[in-house]
Amino acid sequence: MNVTIVDYNSGNISSVINSFKEVAKDKVNIEVTSDLNKIKSSDKVVLPGQGSFKSCVDALNNISGLVDTLNEFAIDNKKPLLGICVGLQMFADVGYEELETKGLGWISGKVSKIDNQNGKYKLPHIGWNELNIVKDSKIFKGIENNSHMYFVHSYELIPNDKNVVSAITDYSSNIVCSIEKENIFGTQFHPEKSDKAGLKIIDNFINL
Amino acid sequence: MLKNRIIPCLDVKNGRVVKGINFIDLKDAGDPVEQAKIYSDGGADEICFLDITASNENRHTIYDVVDRTSKKCFVPLTVGGGVRSVEDINKLLNCGADKVSINTAAVQNAKVVEDSSRKFGSQCIVVAIDAKRKDGGWEIFTHGGRNSTGINALEFASKMEKCGAGELLVTSMDKDGTQSGYDIELTQKISSMVNIPVIASGGVGTLDHLVDGIKSGASAVLAASIFHYGTYSVNQAKQYLASKDIPVRI
Repeated sequence: MNVTIVDYNSGNISSVINSFKEVAKDKVNIEVTSDLNKIKSSDKVVLPGQGSFKSCVDALNNISGLVDTLNEFAIDNKKPLLGICVGLQMFADVGYEELETKGLGWISGKVSKIDNQNGKYKLPHIGWNELNIVKDSKIFKGIENNSHMYFVHSYELIPNDKNVVSAITDYSSNIVCSIEKENIFGTQFHPEKSDKAGLKIIDNFINL
Repeated sequence: MLKNRIIPCLDVKNGRVVKGINFIDLKDAGDPVEQAKIYSDGGADEICFLDITASNENRHTIYDVVDRTSKKCFVPLTVGGGVRSVEDINKLLNCGADKVSINTAAVQNAKVVEDSSRKFGSQCIVVAIDAKRKDGGWEIFTHGGRNSTGINALEFASKMEKCGAGELLVTSMDKDGTQSGYDIELTQKISSMVNIPVIASGGVGTLDHLVDGIKSGASAVLAASIFHYGTYSVNQAKQYLASKDIPVRI
């Protein structure tokens, strides 16, 4: 099996690579590439993302044909795809970080700044927060409710259809921390930095 | 609910831990990777490496350390010490650091903070502020606390937030190494002034000091000696904080 981590200059992805390689050991081949043919032929795709919504979308668009390839992979062929952090946020129709920016439009909804209640809550939301599982998700197999995950973000995904939400976390309000919609998975937290529980989620995705 | 973080810090020189845990059963007590692994297995919420390598020739050693550690530790890794430029930050991130802390370079040229936070995202840019009490306020120092700057620490903290820092690591030079507790007033002043998380540092000698640090408004507490010398384990520290009704990840 081939799992491809999309390398599209979206910031620092070494931790994502390290964690997937740790979990995959020799059983699964982990590719790190922006090569469209390799993405097309892989069994699963991981879409990381760091920095702003706009910078990540711009970076995706900078690689000719990449968005079309991802659409074909996830929407037409319905193969499993996992978005992490801004990778998840880009599933939305639109994001409001820096400038209003069009997203991939896979999950209807928007990405806007977390309401920090006039400074009552610090932003970025950095650190370990609890996963409140609201719906069974294949990537949560063996994960206890209220497990801690590592977050670092200032913006949140607000989907129109709440049924896609698989877990929320409490920071200022109930923030979406993961989604599952058919073959599309996403985590706002960083499983690659969430210790053993995080590695288990990666393992679950690899073994889907 | 967001938990308060406990961050053990390791001093690394020429790729070796110079102040670390004195465990007799360590195969190689000088190996930063092995020590970081002990901390992360023990429940550390984040690991911090402070590179105190003095000579430029040996600067590359930290890249190898970060690279090897990030393949073994799956909690966030912050690296600081001697970071001069956006290119230095880029290299550390590529080796597997999750955050980079900038001290002297941020004071000398705030643009490094602006440019790097725009390029890599605020989430990985930590500005380290070394402050010393002076005339009823605090002055910041650079070069590991050796050089005075005449710059007011509170004003600088606010400026760094505007420049795009994701977090502030605030160390009291008066308290550092004394084991008499954080400079609570300093932590309080800065964390109530900025909207980004503050990490308190400098002076921890007891577990109550960690409690005081969190109560003064810090989102995270950094400590070196109490963990290095095996006085307390990270887990003991967390249990103690929890017993004082401070939310921690256990």
